Amino acid sequence: MKENIAIRLNGNHITVPSGITIMEAAKRNGIKLPSLCHHPDQRVKANCRVCVVEIEGRKNLVPSCSTVVEEGMSILTNTLRVRETVKTIVELILADHPQECLTCIRNGNCELRQLSDMLGLTVIQAEKKEKRLPLDLSSTALVRDNNKCIKCGRCAEVCHHVQEVGILYSHNRSTDICVSPEYGKSLSEVGCVLCGQCVLSCPVGAIYEKDQTSEVWSALDDKRKHVVVQTAPSIRVSIAEEFNSPPGEISTGKLVGALRALGFDKVFDTDFTADLTIIEEGHELIHRLQNGGVLPMLTSCSPGWINYIEQYYPELLPHVSTCKSPQQMFGPLAKTYYSQLSGIPAEDIFVVSIMPCTAKKHEAQRPEMNDSGYRDVDVALTTRELGRMLRSAGIDFNTLLESEYDDPLGISTGAAAIFGATGGVMEAALRTVYEVVTGKELEEVEFEDVRGMEGIKEAEVDLAGTPVKVAVAHGLAHAKQIMESIKSGENDYTFIEVMCCPGGCIGGGGQPYGSTNAQRQKRIDALYRVDRNMEIRKSHENPAIKKLYEEFLIEPLGEKSHHLLHTSYTNRRVG
Amino acid sequence: MKNSNWIFNTDFDEFIDLDSYVSRGGFSALRKVMSQDSSFIVEELNRAGLRGRGGAAFPTGIKIGMVASASEKERFIICNADEGEPGTFKDRFILTHLPFQLLEGILIAAYAAGAEKGFIYVRHEYPEAQEKIKNAITVAEKAGLFGKNILGGEFSLHLEIFSGAGSYLCGEETALLSSLEGKKGRPRLKPPYPTEAGYLGKPTLINNVETLANIPKIIEKGAEWYRSIGTEDSPGTKLISLSGDVKRRGLYEVPYGTSFHDIVYEYGGGPKDGRKVKAVNIGGASGVLVPSEMLDTLLEYRCCMEKEITIGSGALFVLDDTRDILENVRNRVRFFLHESCGKCTPCREGLRQVNILLEKLNKRTATEEDLDRLDRYTRVMQDASFCGLGQAAGNSLKSSLKYYRDEYMNGCVRYAEEMSA
Repeated sequence: MKENIAIRLNGNHITVPSGITIMEAAKRNGIKLPSLCHHPDQRVKANCRVCVVEIEGRKNLVPSCSTVVEEGMSILTNTLRVRETVKTIVELILADHPQECLTCIRNGNCELRQLSDMLGLTVIQAEKKEKRLPLDLSSTALVRDNNKCIKCGRCAEVCHHVQEVGILYSHNRSTDICVSPEYGKSLSEVGCVLCGQCVLSCPVGAIYEKDQTSEVWSALDDKRKHVVVQTAPSIRVSIAEEFNSPPGEISTGKLVGALRALGFDKVFDTDFTADLTIIEEGHELIHRLQNGGVLPMLTSCSPGWINYIEQYYPELLPHVSTCKSPQQMFGPLAKTYYSQLSGIPAEDIFVVSIMPCTAKKHEAQRPEMNDSGYRDVDVALTTRELGRMLRSAGIDFNTLLESEYDDPLGISTGAAAIFGATGGVMEAALRTVYEVVTGKELEEVEFEDVRGMEGIKEAEVDLAGTPVKVAVAHGLAHAKQIMESIKSGENDYTFIEVMCCPGGCIGGGGQPYGSTNAQRQKRIDALYRVDRNMEIRKSHENPAIKKLYEEFLIEPLGEKSHHLLHTSYTNRRVG
Repeated sequence: MKNSNWIFNTDFDEFIDLDSYVSRGGFSALRKVMSQDSSFIVEELNRAGLRGRGGAAFPTGIKIGMVASASEKERFIICNADEGEPGTFKDRFILTHLPFQLLEGILIAAYAAGAEKGFIYVRHEYPEAQEKIKNAITVAEKAGLFGKNILGGEFSLHLEIFSGAGSYLCGEETALLSSLEGKKGRPRLKPPYPTEAGYLGKPTLINNVETLANIPKIIEKGAEWYRSIGTEDSPGTKLISLSGDVKRRGLYEVPYGTSFHDIVYEYGGGPKDGRKVKAVNIGGASGVLVPSEMLDTLLEYRCCMEKEITIGSGALFVLDDTRDILENVRNRVRFFLHESCGKCTPCREGLRQVNILLEKLNKRTATEEDLDRLDRYTRVMQDASFCGLGQAAGNSLKSSLKYYRDEYMNGCVRYAEEMSA
């Protein structure tokens, strides 16, 4: 693979590494070939055929995404034959695609529209398809519109091979081909975990989040409502991408300023309850360790992951921490603790959360999530929906005045910030659990072993003479491996962090489009920078959390915590 | 009626049972190869110049050699009997009348490739053939010619009969593999080729029924004898499924080098009722339409390639002068539209558009711009489709647009008006 070979690209003699595809070779030499079904993190499909090129001496055109360069190969990417073919293929796709671009949810970031623009397509001569299929509105978080599907297979690929949930299939044949759950069922009838990775993979508007921005606009317009907002840890390093910034920009101050500009009465931070999660979950772990509880303990922050284990491994539910996710700890606290502090009746408080996640919508709507006596979280929006709200309000994110989170539910630590990256919850928990158990100060707070994009990571920590093995998994295919190892008994971990989405929440299904693994890494790097810049980097040192326990919760795992911050799970086994 | 029975006994009234096959020299080739190194088979087939009879005409010896030289020891052999090409009925005949000849061919190929397990993938619409080949395997097993320790030696071959489910595309070798593995019958990316990573990712030899049934005679009588039939470029014979508007439709074994004219007139007796031949469709639905003026073309790979004719499976459908070319093309486009797997854009959407345009032509509501589009979509389907189905779906369109443009013009609005003015 390392050796170089000589090829010709549009007549120019060039040298490229052997083993790479024509598409990659062209890219390295300044030519971006059109693509649709190609995705950098997926296996090659070669279905759409828009990347075809000519190889001198070959009868037919070849797809550049799947054809590997060979010594002496002469590749032509810009002949009349190639141009006419690619343009015709895009024309054929467009004829089978509703011409609703101006009102489409992907208006502005649709890959098909960009491709049409790139090729300078000005007319569609092909006969348009008339048949309309109904929308699948059955799930709490996602909408499927098969009319817009271009059959590239990217959603099914991520569903089967990254998440290994595998509920989306390509059905039927010929022009009846469609991608949907088995036997044409709706999403709510199959074991969809609502992770939204299919949404991130879709080049067009065939699958997308259920937009709830109008509910938030109504609340903001309602004089009786005191509307508070919480922002998940990862939003501060991804929202800027909605405004064309490169991935990995930290924009905490602008995010807060933008939310104020939208008219939220208070801007709080899910990082606050991330710190709280660490206190509760850390004590739960210590309790399980000291009292012979079920181990390994599994984290519970990721709602896609909870949907997964409830449906596919319900027998392992006793392993899952009873702690609610930070989003769902925030909700009841806003409507009890904050209500008391501010003197605003809970019924008038409206809680909005900005989440990297489509499954958070489902989590907020779970029937048991009303421990405050009200709906704990009223609406969970994705990063993309916030981007949409800001754009429609004409808020210029890039020139906005920065602002700071409000007290007290806006005060947090570096430990909370890294919740958004795979391994972050584990690292934050270790920082706290170590000091609580040993009574000693942790000198090196950064746990490199649990960081990074590797699917399953392991570390061992010495807790006052007891070696504790921990593991971190992200992406459900890796979670599945861990679950199987627990079932077979070969697993000797004490504590395992599981995040549903690749890279953790920074790669969540509600994040800006274009979330490739390379982009995920940049967001992760940004979160670690946020952590390093924080004054306090351990959750148990958060003064607002200390105060919360003193004034309200009394003690970790106490009665109030049990009532407001912990939950139980349901066996929803599928298949 | 010409018939010389070089490789095949094409007498429809005769079922060649095991005794009858052995009495005609059957299984002598198997005995011959098993006393020698398996590389002998590959060399002999290469010398004979045997090429695949399923349509792609790939040299059989080279293909077997690829599997034989694979580093992976677990290998499979698959006999492709998913004879779905419209107008083709040669493999059915071999399965129902000459099953032992086929089994001997499979045994020799498997021995050469080093495969001990395999399948005969028979199309769903051939229940009789499935029954006949199953029985033949049982009979051969009892005679020690199949199954474990064949002819008392170390070589064993376990073969299963697998029924397709009616999909035309599953005759394409990678779609066939997917179907065998229980997946949707859609084609896979090549490379890797089946010889490298086929059934369950193992090296797999996939050959057509007719190809395999050729092997015993070549081994028995030798490459020199084989090369004495046919031409230098294309040795041997081809089974031709002759149908349509001829007096004597049927299956013929025709030596390569025979002209299509002779096949239609000498073998088939020419058109009925004093009619004239308008065109011949060669190679089934995926083949081309050849006008009568070109019938002097020889049944030979090189000669056909020069004239853009694909011999394919060897189906010949004769259209006499009462036939409507566009109706024939429309029929075939509808067939492909039904059989396309829908995976790639040019085939799926191209066929949808082409079908619409042909309907317009049929209603005489097309324009000359529509013909340009027809040309363009056909080119794109042929040039950019994922597999052979989409690539071949344009063959009849391309050839008819070339040779029968007038008939297309007749379907255009302005042209029709001008003609009537």
